[in-house]
Parts: sequence; structure tokens; C-alpha cells
Amino acid sequence: MISRAFRGFAPAVVVGVGGLAFWELSLLIIDPEGFVLPPPSSILAAFNENFEEIWVASMNTGFIVVTGLIGGVVLGVVWALLVSRFRLANETLTPLAISLNAIPIIALAPIFNAWYGLLSPVSNQAIVVILVFFPVFINTTKGLTDVGATEIELMRSYAASSWQVTRTVRFPNAMPYFFTSLKIASSLAVIGAIVAEYFGGRQDALGPLIVQNAGLTRYAEAWAAVLAGSVMGILLYLVSGAFERVSMPWRRDAETIGA
Amino acid sequence: MTDPDRCAVEISNVSKVFNHGRPNEVHALEDVSLTIDEGSFVSLIGPSGCGKSTLLRLIGALTHPTKGDMSVNGKTANQARLDRDYGMAFQTSGLFKWRSVTENVELPLQLMGWSKTERKDRAAEMLDLVKLGEFGDHHPHELSGGMRQRVAIARALSFRPSLLLMDEPFGALDEMTREHMQTELLDIWAKTGKTIVFVTHSIPEAVFLSQRVIVMSPRPGRISSDIPVDLGKRAFETREAPAFFERVTEVREALRFEESSA
Repeated sequence: MISRAFRGFAPAVVVGVGGLAFWELSLLIIDPEGFVLPPPSSILAAFNENFEEIWVASMNTGFIVVTGLIGGVVLGVVWALLVSRFRLANETLTPLAISLNAIPIIALAPIFNAWYGLLSPVSNQAIVVILVFFPVFINTTKGLTDVGATEIELMRSYAASSWQVTRTVRFPNAMPYFFTSLKIASSLAVIGAIVAEYFGGRQDALGPLIVQNAGLTRYAEAWAAVLAGSVMGILLYLVSGAFERVSMPWRRDAETIGA
Repeated sequence: MTDPDRCAVEISNVSKVFNHGRPNEVHALEDVSLTIDEGSFVSLIGPSGCGKSTLLRLIGALTHPTKGDMSVNGKTANQARLDRDYGMAFQTSGLFKWRSVTENVELPLQLMGWSKTERKDRAAEMLDLVKLGEFGDHHPHELSGGMRQRVAIARALSFRPSLLLMDEPFGALDEMTREHMQTELLDIWAKTGKTIVFVTHSIPEAVFLSQRVIVMSPRPGRISSDIPVDLGKRAFETREAPAFFERVTEVREALRFEESSA
């Protein structure tokens, strides 16, 4: 059992360790002073030394990421439900969603700061919400509406009500689409939060930590904060995947039985 | 006019035009009349575009006639749909992948508000009927194509409709599975006494299954021949009997005649 699990992970571990070793060793030759890129060993050392500070910053950024992610996902799903259910909503809210998405959202950060106050978390949360909502909205709408003609005719042959069709066909059909978007959204949320923090919000967060350290040419420390952001993104991705597996037990593979 | 109590389906002078009045207007059916007796097995056959699927959908009130009158079980087609008078099976099984085999068969019953135990009992009974009693807990992707179609038939019959509408249900199966499924369908028909309207592309399939083969021709879709098939109780040997080949030839000639005159 353990060896089978290991065999599943082994290629990723080999590639990861190999990549880090290559990074470490090649820097010894081309950039021994570590001006351009610090070696993984210095980044890890910086991570350890500044663990307390990085931990606090990660918690603060994590709060923005998680609240913004939840807000954006709820908004995206509700928006998708409206658009797929009501023609009028589709004709008005879909163009609005596309327009919102066309705005360079990060560019709004200074404006939001002006609205909510430079140190307020609300402007950062708002940026994460807007960034996250669009992929959730687009994918979920697709899943709610992309139901085969046979399935719809079948439900009509049972004289099923519109709500019955939604509940028994559209919702389950939308699940894989929704979870795909959740995985995309979880990484976007981290990116959005950190970039938004460059412009304002709490100063003891990952964004300011990266900016300050990079400004002081403390690159290893800056990279250590980046590492914390990556770990956060990976954790959220894994959590999304876990939700997906629990919610869609029928997707777990099983072999086809012969005729 | 036949006694409406004995007629499952009555269609008189029905026409169906899609995209009426637009440049892409299609005359799917023109002036079609057909009566189907209760308890009979009738096949609709014809080349693509002859309107056989449209005719089946008209009976199921999944689309509505542009002109003409029709009744199903003595009521309007739409009332018959609302009363759940028919079950339907398609070329693709249309099983829901997130539901187990049992849950798929239970779906119509669930929509009709049956209790959990009633649903369970009926689903088990139906799966026994299509010889899949042991597969209730499997999911559709674990089944072969033939098994999936059997689940779809069990589902269509689960609420005991008097009429079964089938749109090329065996069209995607290999020849051997197909013949096997035909025998099973006749078995189910004998046990349940349903009226079956069966759309197919296959001449031997139509002849083997039905008491009547309705031959249709395209542009515009219409009924060109109505061929009675009296082969008695079907058996394995039926497919090799001279009478079977005579009927196959008759249907083929009817189809060819339509082709050359078109």
C-alpha cells in the first residue's frame, strides 16, 4: 500500500528534488554571489529564520484570500444560477460580468484604497472577489446549461417541472465545471490578494513583506515570502480537490464490465 | 374511425414544418395519417430526413404538429405526456452518470413523488425484468452499451406507462448484442403487453420485431407503405425462415421504390 502510494508520488518527487538540485548547483557556477536568484538553500534558511514574521503575514494574507475566495465563489454561483434560469438575467447580467472581467482588476486597487481607506482589508477582499467570481461564473453557467438534448427530452417525457430539471439534472451536471473553476479560482485568489497588498491594506502581510525585502535587496527573504504564498495556493488547490472528490463519488474510477 | 378505446395512437392529416416561413423552412412531415392499435408493436423505418423521429416526438408531445389532429390514449398528445402515459428510450441511453443504475430507474418515480420503499421495490422488479438484477449499485460508466440500453428500457417502463416510444434504441450496438436485445425486447413486450412504437434504420430489425412496418420517405416526410408482418411468435429460427426474408425483401423493395421515384 505504502509502496504503491510512493510509486504514485515518486515521479513528482524526483522532478522536484532534481529541479532544486539543478537550481542550487547551476547558481554555484553562473551566479555564486546570488545577485539575480538566491539558491534554494538560502531561501529555506531565510524561511526558517523569519518563520514568525512569515507565519503572521501568511495568516493575514490568508484571511483576505479565504474570505475573498468564498465571497467570489458565492457571487459567481448565484450569478450563474440567475443567468441560467432567467432570460432577462442572461441578457443583462452576462454582458455586465464580461465587462467587469474586462477591467484590469489590479488597476482598481488604488481606487478601492481611496474608497475604503489605505489600511482597510475591504479593498483587498473586493479585488479577490472580483478576480475570483468570473471563472466561477463562466464555468458554472456552462455546466448548468450544457445538458444534452436527450436528457432534456427525457425529463420532458416525464412531465418534470422546471425546478425538478434544475435539481436533478442541471445541478449535478454543473458540479465538475464548478470544481474546475474552484481550482482556478483558488490560485487566482492568492495572486489577487498579494498584488492587492502591494497597494494597501495591512502592512504585516505577504505582499508588503515581499516589496520591503526586495527593496532592501534581501532577495532570499523576499523569495521566502513568495514560497509561503505558493504553499497557500497549493493547499487551497488540494482542499478544492478534496471537496470535489467528496461531492462527486461517481467520478471515482471503476472498470467497465464487458458486454 | 376505429374505437378510440382500442387505439393507442391516432394521427390524421398531420404536417410538421420546422422554421415555418423562414428561409431554412423544412417540411419534416406532410399529411401523415396513422392509427396504432393498443398492444401492438409498430416500427417506423425510412432514410434519414423522412421524419420518423419527428413522428415519434409528435406522439410524445415533445414537439407539436403544425397542422392536423392527433390523439394518444384518447386524449391530446400533451395531456398523455402530462399523464405519463408513455415511456421513452433513445439511441443514447441518457442515463445520468451521477446516479447508480437503481437510482436511474427510480428517477421518474422520484419525480412522480413515490416513496423510497415503493421506488426501491419497483426498480428491483424492473431490473430483474431486463436481467440486470445484480447491477443496481453500479454506475452507468461501469456498464456495456447493451446493459445501458437495458437500464434505459427498465427506466422507461418503471412507472408502467401503456405506451413505449423507442428512437433507434439499439442503433449504437454491435450486431450480436443487437439481436440479443431484440429478443429481450419481444420478451418484455410479451410479458407487459405495452404498445410499442419503434424507430429504426434496420430492415431486419423492423421485420423481426414488429407486427407492422411503416415505411416512410423523405422531402417531404410521408408514409409510403404500411406492411403487415405476420411471422407468429419469434424465435431464433425466425431470422432464417423464408417468410422472414420475404418480408425483409418487401420492405427493402418499398424503400427502393421510394428512392427511385423521389
